[in-house]
Amino acid sequence: MLRQKRKGAVNQLSSPAETTPVVDAVRDQVLADVQAALGTAVVDSLVKPGDDIWIRVSTLSWNESMKKLQAMGFDYFCFLSAIDWMPSPFGRGEDDPTEPAPERDTTIRPGYTGGDTRMQLLVRVVNSRTHIGINVKTDVPNEVYTVDSIANVFAGANWHEREAHEMFGIGFVGHPDLRNMYLPTDFEGFPMRKDFPLLARMVKPWPGIVDVEPLPGGDTESEEAS
Amino acid sequence: MTILNDPVNAKLGDRAQLSYIASQAADARLNVELETEGMTLNIGPQHPATHGTLRIIARLDGEQVLWAEPSCGYMHRGYEKLTEVRSFPQVTTLINRIDWLGSFANEVPFILAAEKLMGVEAPPRAQWIRTILFELSRIANVSLFLGDLGVQLGAITPVFMAFRDREYVLNLIESATGGRFHPNFDRIGGLKDDLPAGWIDETKVVMKKLRNFCDEIESLLFGNEIFQSRTRGIGVIPRDVAMQYGLSGANLRASGVDWDLRRDQDSPMAWNKVDFKVWTHPDGDSFARCWVRLQETREATKIVDQLLDGIPSGPVMAKVPKIIKVPEGEAWVSTENPLGEMGYYVVSRGDSGPFRVKIRSASFNNISITPWLLRGVYVPDIITILASLYFILGDIDR
Repeated sequence: MLRQKRKGAVNQLSSPAETTPVVDAVRDQVLADVQAALGTAVVDSLVKPGDDIWIRVSTLSWNESMKKLQAMGFDYFCFLSAIDWMPSPFGRGEDDPTEPAPERDTTIRPGYTGGDTRMQLLVRVVNSRTHIGINVKTDVPNEVYTVDSIANVFAGANWHEREAHEMFGIGFVGHPDLRNMYLPTDFEGFPMRKDFPLLARMVKPWPGIVDVEPLPGGDTESEEAS
Repeated sequence: MTILNDPVNAKLGDRAQLSYIASQAADARLNVELETEGMTLNIGPQHPATHGTLRIIARLDGEQVLWAEPSCGYMHRGYEKLTEVRSFPQVTTLINRIDWLGSFANEVPFILAAEKLMGVEAPPRAQWIRTILFELSRIANVSLFLGDLGVQLGAITPVFMAFRDREYVLNLIESATGGRFHPNFDRIGGLKDDLPAGWIDETKVVMKKLRNFCDEIESLLFGNEIFQSRTRGIGVIPRDVAMQYGLSGANLRASGVDWDLRRDQDSPMAWNKVDFKVWTHPDGDSFARCWVRLQETREATKIVDQLLDGIPSGPVMAKVPKIIKVPEGEAWVSTENPLGEMGYYVVSRGDSGPFRVKIRSASFNNISITPWLLRGVYVPDIITILASLYFILGDIDR
């Protein structure tokens, strides 16, 4: 009874793609200002209208770029983190551990604004007056995995860099104190790297994706047909 | 000393520099002829003021802190790694446990980020109910803070009142979602279910009770002379420092920054449909932070009342595929959670699960200021400052 009643109520698919503006004059202007201030340091940029701004700056100008961004009003430090763009050789940990592991594509494919390296740093800073934020990425050189610290620009980056250091194994030149934040001091490996296996998934297969709860009122046949 | 070369300190006002001078004086006393022997004080990991298991190591000179360093990680659960082996709908179960006092508020930004990537928008009724439950979790969370605040400063009574009145809110959340602490109610495209019958009237009654609770706390605790003398002027955070450390929520607004993500950013949620005031305080001390939270709780009850009056009819779920695959892309969504700005940077590779999720939790940034803030304060003020910064351990360690 209840299922029948709700069934009619579910068929509303709204598409925000039609309502979002195609041109975002405000963010385009912000990006133009940033590019003017940073000059050639900006390698690539992207504006998603009504959503967000991404820029990628060169590794050598990392510290200098953050200083300039701070000076031009992006004075709120939101977070710093890293992304390992190499797809995990272990997949989603849904394999049967007794079977031999399947071959997986581990080609490194970067996200928005591109990239040449496996690791990328990601920082979000926000302009506290206009409340417009900007996601700043930079490449972390392969093998050495070392970039300049920005703890002398944004004091709050101190802890975030410590976390990125222990989780991704990224070195930060000029950081005052790169002790481990969460992990024990003698922990080996960098857990957030994609080639670090999640042991819980290695020893016991996870039912994972088959265990999907049906939507309220969702009729199995009609859902699969659509 | 490197203190004067520190770029943060170069920007400080007079008031904040006084605390440096005090800490330098303490250094000098230690070094010169007075025979004060330094002492290392360990607070925690299990201490009532730590809301979990935060350990603080403080180096003291007499009763003054020379330096203090929080030690985190006693509750690190590796959620960022775990999200990478789960599908999008499964992730909400994990992130419920980040800030466990306001669980529903944790789910919302993640779901909004997934919806943004998928190009799905929840129907209006779902957005309104989301906003109501979001504000209810704020009330449940912060009302407990207001009670706990008293306990940490030596007043026992407020905590009983807080637990009593929070129970009403938890009952509401339970009757709507089925879970007292971990609702796991938000879905990509809407909500799991509609509100039960009679819930709206009941909520209005509870909101009245909660406003009474705020009045009681205001007169009982905030008007108390001992409370005032223990919090006023303690742990002053100037605006510039707050911005650099990325403080958010009431901690930022208590430093005079008029910034509330509910008002200042575009969101599909229903906050722009209601009229509310963003409270700020110019002082930046412990009292200001507590006071802003009190006002916010009262404001939240008014937001809930307005939303209940205007709640639209219609479905609570948009049509989404049964197996959710999120298109390739990156999205950042943050909301003004009870503890501050909570955001998720979600990277998807067109798979059924996220490729990488960065969880930006409010408490991690809020507590990262403590090594700076605790320098030069007295031992009892450590507890005051930690209490007023208000963190949840699950929100630091994730």
